[in-house]
Order: sequence, then C-alpha cells, then structure tokens
Amino acid sequence: MIINVARKELKSMFASPMGWVILSLLMFAFGTYYLNGVNDYFAVMSGAMRPAERTGVTQFVGQNVYGFASFMVLFAVPLLSMRLISEERRSQTLPFLFSAPISLTEIVLGKFLGLVAFLSILVVFIGAMLSTLNIWADIDFGFIVANTIGLLLMVASFSALGLYFSSMTQQPVVAAILTFIALFALMFLDRFFAGDPSNTLASLSLTRHFQSFSGGLIDTADIAYFGLFIATFLTLTVRRLDADRLRG
Amino acid sequence: MNNFTVEAIDLTRLYGGREAVSNVSFTLSKGQVLGFLGPNGAGKSTTMKMLTGNLAPSNGSVKICGIDMIESPKEAKALIGYLPEMRPLYKELTVDEYLTIAARLHRVSAGQIKKAVEVAKERCGLGHMSKRLIENLSNGYQQRVGIAQAIIHNPMVVILDEPTVGLDPIQIRDIRALIREVGRERSVIISTHILPEVEMVCDHVQIIDKGKLVFNGSIEVLKKQRIGNKLLIGMHNPPTVDEMLKVAGVVEAESLPGNLMRIRFADDAAPAEAIVQAAVNKGWGLHQIAPDQTSLEDVFVQLTYQEQADQAPFVSESVAA
Repeated sequence: MIINVARKELKSMFASPMGWVILSLLMFAFGTYYLNGVNDYFAVMSGAMRPAERTGVTQFVGQNVYGFASFMVLFAVPLLSMRLISEERRSQTLPFLFSAPISLTEIVLGKFLGLVAFLSILVVFIGAMLSTLNIWADIDFGFIVANTIGLLLMVASFSALGLYFSSMTQQPVVAAILTFIALFALMFLDRFFAGDPSNTLASLSLTRHFQSFSGGLIDTADIAYFGLFIATFLTLTVRRLDADRLRG
Repeated sequence: MNNFTVEAIDLTRLYGGREAVSNVSFTLSKGQVLGFLGPNGAGKSTTMKMLTGNLAPSNGSVKICGIDMIESPKEAKALIGYLPEMRPLYKELTVDEYLTIAARLHRVSAGQIKKAVEVAKERCGLGHMSKRLIENLSNGYQQRVGIAQAIIHNPMVVILDEPTVGLDPIQIRDIRALIREVGRERSVIISTHILPEVEMVCDHVQIIDKGKLVFNGSIEVLKKQRIGNKLLIGMHNPPTVDEMLKVAGVVEAESLPGNLMRIRFADDAAPAEAIVQAAVNKGWGLHQIAPDQTSLEDVFVQLTYQEQADQAPFVSESVAA
C-alpha cells in the first residue's frame, strides 16, 4: 500500500515539467562540476605540490561534486516537496486518499518514499558519474559509497521536513519558503556557533552530520541523527493530518 | 448479525461548540438507494464525511457492513466508494492513469486492475476519453471520472455527494440510470437538492435541516404527502362550498379566486366522476379538473421551515422498518 502511494507521487512528479526541469538542471550542474573537478585535479596535482600533500582523484573530485550537491538539494527539495500535501489540500484531493483503505501513516510514508525515490535518481546518477573515473584511475569506491549514503540520508531528512511544512499550509509557495528557511537555518547552524563548537545547538546542524560521510566515514551516530530527524518530522506530519480528520 | 450495509448511530459533530450534525441515526440495507436532502449548510456533506471516515464524529459511531469505522477504518473504508462534493481528481494525469491509481489504492488485485478500469469507464461512458488529461475534460466528463473512481472497486456502499451537479440533461439521465443500476445490488447514498431527482432515483429519503433529521422514510410516504387527496376544479358558474360538500366523498372544499375550487376527498373515495356528473346536471360550467399536487418543493419547505412540533406525526416509519 505504501508502494502504491509512492508510485502515485512519482507519477505526478514525472507528469509535471517541474520534476524533469529540476532533474535535468541539477544533472547539468553536477556534470559541469565533475568536469571542472577533473580539469582542476590535473592543474593542481601536476604542479609543484609535494607527493605527500597530494590527494587521490576520488577525494578531490568527489568532495567537489558532493559538497556542491549537498548545497544544491537545499534549493531542489523545497521546490519538489512543497506540492506533496499542500497542493492536495488546495485542490481538495485529500479525501481521495483519506477514503481509500490506507492509514495516515501509509499515506505519509508513501509520499515521503515517493519523493526520496525521485531524488535518489540524482544521488545514483552522481555515484555513477564519479564511478566513471575508474576507467583511467583506480578509485576509492568506499569513499563514493559513504558519500552516496550520506547524501541520500540528507536528502531524505530534507524531504521529511519539507513534507511536514507542506502539510501545514494550503499554499505550496508558503511551504517552499518555510522549508527553505528551516533547512537553511539547520544547515548553517554550526556556522553561527563557530566560536563555540561544543555547543549543543551546533550539533543539531545537518552539515555537521554530513561532514563525516563526506570524509568517507560512515558513523552510526550520524545515521541515528538523520534517522531520528526523519522519524520526527514524519510523525509530526501524520499528527498534522490526523488533526484534519479530528478538527475538520 | 443483521444485514445492514450502513449503520449510523447518534452521529454528532461539533464545530467549535456549534452542532453541525446532531444525533443522526439511520440504517440502510442492501439494494436501497438513499437520498439525502437538505438546504445549504444543513449538514449533508458533514454527515457523508463522517460516514466515509474523512471526519471523526464528536459522538456516535458508523458501521459499514457491521465493521466499525473508528475501530477498523481500513476494513470499513475498503467497502466504500466515495465521491466528495469537490471532485478529488489529479488533473495532471490521464483518465486511465487516474483510475488505475484509484483501483490500486482500493485493493483491486493486480491482475484485475485493467479489467476494473475498463468496466468503470464503460459504466460511466468514458470509453473514448482514456488517454485524455483530466484537466482537459469538460465539467460533466470530470464528474463521470469522479463517479468512476467511486465504483471502480465494486464497493458495497457507494456514497455520492451531489453527483449530478454540472451535468447536462442527457448526462444526468445516464448518471441516474447508473445510480439505480448500482443500487440494485449495492447500497447507494446520494445527496442532492434537486428534489425530483430524489423521486426518480431513491427508495428512501432523509431530509436533514440544521443538523437534525426532520424526515426519514420511504419515498412513497413523501409522494403521498405530495400528491394528497386533492382535486383542483375550474368552473364558470361555481357552486357554493356547501353544495360541493354534498357530492359523495368530498370532505372539504375551498373557493379560490378565478372561479377555482380546491376539494379534498376521503382516502378511499374517487369523487372525480361524481363531480363531473353533478357539474353537468347543475350546469356549473366545468372546464378543468385535475389532481392538485403540492410540489415536492413545497413539502420540502414545509418540512424544513415548519416548527419541529408540527411535523411530529410526519416523522413516521424509519428506513430500518
């Protein structure tokens, strides 16, 4: 049943130009970064740099692309997540889902998975793109896997938050703006506390938890953080929709 | 275990202390079409939302084929097909895509989906619209898609909120035929404020006003009330009221302006012939005699605007009986 809701979301996303435009623009941007990264690698590494200071091509190009990707999804996710519930609310299509034999949790999970599945196309493509480096170099696949998992978790967290804000309003644009502001604040929270890195609030920052993945490290603490983040916002969304049923 | 398909018990819904629906109880059996009548804001849609589990009742319960909507909502919802007032259509999809999703969400097994979509399209006259985007369909066809999604899984109970709004007369006729067809083996609840429609389609009528049921009974009762035992007679030389009362069977007569007279006769009498005979004999100059029908609108207005006490005898026989 969750799958059916997710399939419906995917279909809607591909039925509108928005999905295709975002996919193609982002892939174009990542491709450009990738090419630049490869060019720069030769420029930087072939110079007067001492061998001890050199980094591998995977890390050099990978950090370039994944760093940029984690920043770009900050713009892409609100644009994709904004419609999920608010659009249904506005065009009054929610009764279609509410009167079908599926629970609210299944509806929310379905919508969430639909969006994550859509965004994971991007994540998989980036991974595949970087893997092509293997044709002429011996690359570090572990690094790519860690980054892929990290980016996927981050995108999923963004989607969960976007879904929650989408459930709060009838106006997709309002949902997008709220999501963007909230994500922006969470991403750069650690910058505000740069002087005091041990502050508890700073450790709520999404960027901080992505950092270990981007260095090629899969840390269960960070996975737990993203997992809790997703679970929290999905639960809040279910509760918000349940309030609709109760309050009318 | 009874064989009620819908059982509503003391449904009450409060909106900020105001009762939108209060203590509505009724039952519906297989093969019945129930018409829900009421002025705007009477609580028709609110009741339907509660029946379909879209809105939690403040008090009372709903059972669909014996399954409680609050305790096991998924099982109960699987037995319902619902078309809300605002059609829940995903306009960016084609008719086929949309109906396939509807079938899938309503647990039609994977192998049956194609067939279910075809059958629903055929029943609603959508066959040649399969590949069109819903957005580009006319209002009437969009309504048909809405009805198609409500019957696609062949539910036990079909609930349609104002199904004929925005349709042309031929489409209305088709949809009414469809409702009657579905109503033969399943239960159908429709809400409407087109009164003749109720007479044409429904077996049972409920009139709801200000959140309360003011009439709940068979359509026959309503029809009887409407037609009554009355005749309207036009004569060039009308007799006096007393003279008219002498005709066998006439129990009440009333002179109206324009040489008209309205008479009421006893339940088992048929005084028309006697009146014509008397008119010929006495030279009343009869030029018109016809059953005097109170329009359904009048009955409706009477029921919804009279004081509660006046209608007490009229609230007879419940649907359950």
